[in-house]
Amino acid sequence: MMISALQILVDAISLGSLYALATLGVGLVFGVLRLANFAYGDFITVASYALIIPTAGATVEIVIGRWPWPFLVIAVAGVVVILSLASEYFVFRPLRTAKPAVLMVGSFALGYIIQNIIIVVYDGRPKAVGLWPELGEAIVLSGLRMPRLELLIIVVTLVLLGALVLFLKASPFGVQMRAASEDFRMARMLGVRANTVIGTSLVISGFLAAVVSLLFLAQVGVMSFNMGVPLMLFAFVATVIGGMGSLTGAVVGGYIVGFASILLQALLPEHLRTFRDAFVFVVVIVILVVRPQGLLVPRAARERV
Amino acid sequence: MMMARRFSIAECLARNASPIVLCGAIALIVIGTALANNAALDRTVIEALIRIVYVVGLYIFVGNSGVISFGHTAFMAIGAYATAWQDCCRTTKPLLMPALPKVLLEATVPPPLATIVSGVVASLFAAVVGVAIIRLSGISASIATFAVLAIVNVIFSNWDSLTAGTSTLVGIPNYTDHWFALLWAVIAIFAAHFYQTSRFGLSLRVSREDEVAAKASGVSIFSQRLIAFVISAFFVGVSGALYAHFLGTISVDAFYIDITLLTLAMLVVGGMNSLSGAVVGVGAISLLIEVLRQSEHGFALGSLTVSAPHGTQEIGLGVAMLIMLIFRRNGIAGNQEIGWRLSRFLAPQLQRSSKVTEDY
Repeated sequence: MMISALQILVDAISLGSLYALATLGVGLVFGVLRLANFAYGDFITVASYALIIPTAGATVEIVIGRWPWPFLVIAVAGVVVILSLASEYFVFRPLRTAKPAVLMVGSFALGYIIQNIIIVVYDGRPKAVGLWPELGEAIVLSGLRMPRLELLIIVVTLVLLGALVLFLKASPFGVQMRAASEDFRMARMLGVRANTVIGTSLVISGFLAAVVSLLFLAQVGVMSFNMGVPLMLFAFVATVIGGMGSLTGAVVGGYIVGFASILLQALLPEHLRTFRDAFVFVVVIVILVVRPQGLLVPRAARERV
Repeated sequence: MMMARRFSIAECLARNASPIVLCGAIALIVIGTALANNAALDRTVIEALIRIVYVVGLYIFVGNSGVISFGHTAFMAIGAYATAWQDCCRTTKPLLMPALPKVLLEATVPPPLATIVSGVVASLFAAVVGVAIIRLSGISASIATFAVLAIVNVIFSNWDSLTAGTSTLVGIPNYTDHWFALLWAVIAIFAAHFYQTSRFGLSLRVSREDEVAAKASGVSIFSQRLIAFVISAFFVGVSGALYAHFLGTISVDAFYIDITLLTLAMLVVGGMNSLSGAVVGVGAISLLIEVLRQSEHGFALGSLTVSAPHGTQEIGLGVAMLIMLIFRRNGIAGNQEIGWRLSRFLAPQLQRSSKVTEDY
């Protein structure tokens, strides 16, 4: 009993970490650009597809996926960062003056375009790719079974969170970014360069998308043209419960959604398990009924008149 | 005040010029194509009419409140399945949908009634969901509507005893023809017009322009948005019923991202802030899709056929939407209603009051 409870806890922390990273990726860009980026899920998908040769054939030819991990991560992150900066330049920049709702519709259209380009280039069927199979082994500690991958996800998340906090609090770029998410116009007047700040946030968010994608792919072993969509949806929902625009809120929201998923998986009776995701969203809606503003409300969220 | 004024036909026409012009134009197109008697053309026109019902329904909420909804396809799914529960396949019903209540298992509701009931079911669902999500601020509300769509999709894909799971439901009567679809398109357009010129519609439009000012003037944004959400869900639910009655078969996959993007593209390209925009957008995008579909099949250029690669339709749709957003943010209609000139001509004394519905 004790062991199984601990087991669930490890699973929950690991899934929560994955969601927290994805949520941060969404939240960072939202803070600066006021953009709820619906294409984020497709950035995650693109990261996985970058590992293989673009063909519509049934056999999968892995290229970058065979490289040693540091090169692999850098290459994949490079692809996503370029995609992310290109979308900013071609789509989000011309829409910067538009209302947030219009920007959001634009990102939805962009995501749809990316998805369909993947279908055209790689074919719509799911592809099995074994990334880092050695991570599948588990470490058994007095009956507690911990897959190495889950531990890796937790460690990677802690390291990235630490680095991000350091970056935001101590580096000049980070300080400028926080200033811009508090009040973009005021920050610009005080000499913060808009394009630099937006670019930085997109680079970090693209890097996070790549990390999330690789960890997720290593876990499920299958890539498909819409694999990022559920991740994006959970990340979005997590930013809403956390409080839109609050980065701490994003992390908290990510863990709440992860814990809710794993707990429901463990506690729901067998015949209701297929409805798990629906129950997760119901939990989310209940939280929002109690706290419509989200758990942590950033100061910038209130409209000044 | 109202009683004292003399009723004048010119004034009545002037007040309702835009829906009359829109419906007249649609009716002419429908009659014209019905005379052509071409099966493929009929199909396209009926599909376009069903989408008008959907997009006008979507417009009632999105256009007037300024809050984007990614979740209205959930109402369409509910409308379509509610139709199947009422009038699908008398003999196979107990096998396909054993969880239905006994009354529904034994009944076969006539299609016109089933259509209305399906709309009402979608509305009721919207009322329950709306109470929870409508009070979120704009962007959060949009994300929550997407979550609602995901919930409905998960439930309908897995509740095998009520929806036959992910497999296709067959045997819904093919009731929707030109005239039935046209009738609902006209009803939707007039309903949207009367709503947006009513006290409720105007208060909601004020809140779209400036939430703080609207609150200060005593508009309850929550209840106004909720009213629009419920009315809007009714028509989107009806479009689901029309769709089920048109194809005769439904499956869960048909009600997800694709149709959500398609209808949003129609609204955005036509112009989100006006009813005419919603209707014109359906026409423009239907035309664009037809052209792209043709180019996927290939054009004959002399002796060789040139065809665009598979997927051109979807990518083209997304690109058209982005181009419109970037270069002409207010869409084809540009916040105008068709027929304003006409109404000024018919009743010049109304000029000032009709200005109220103008946007900028």
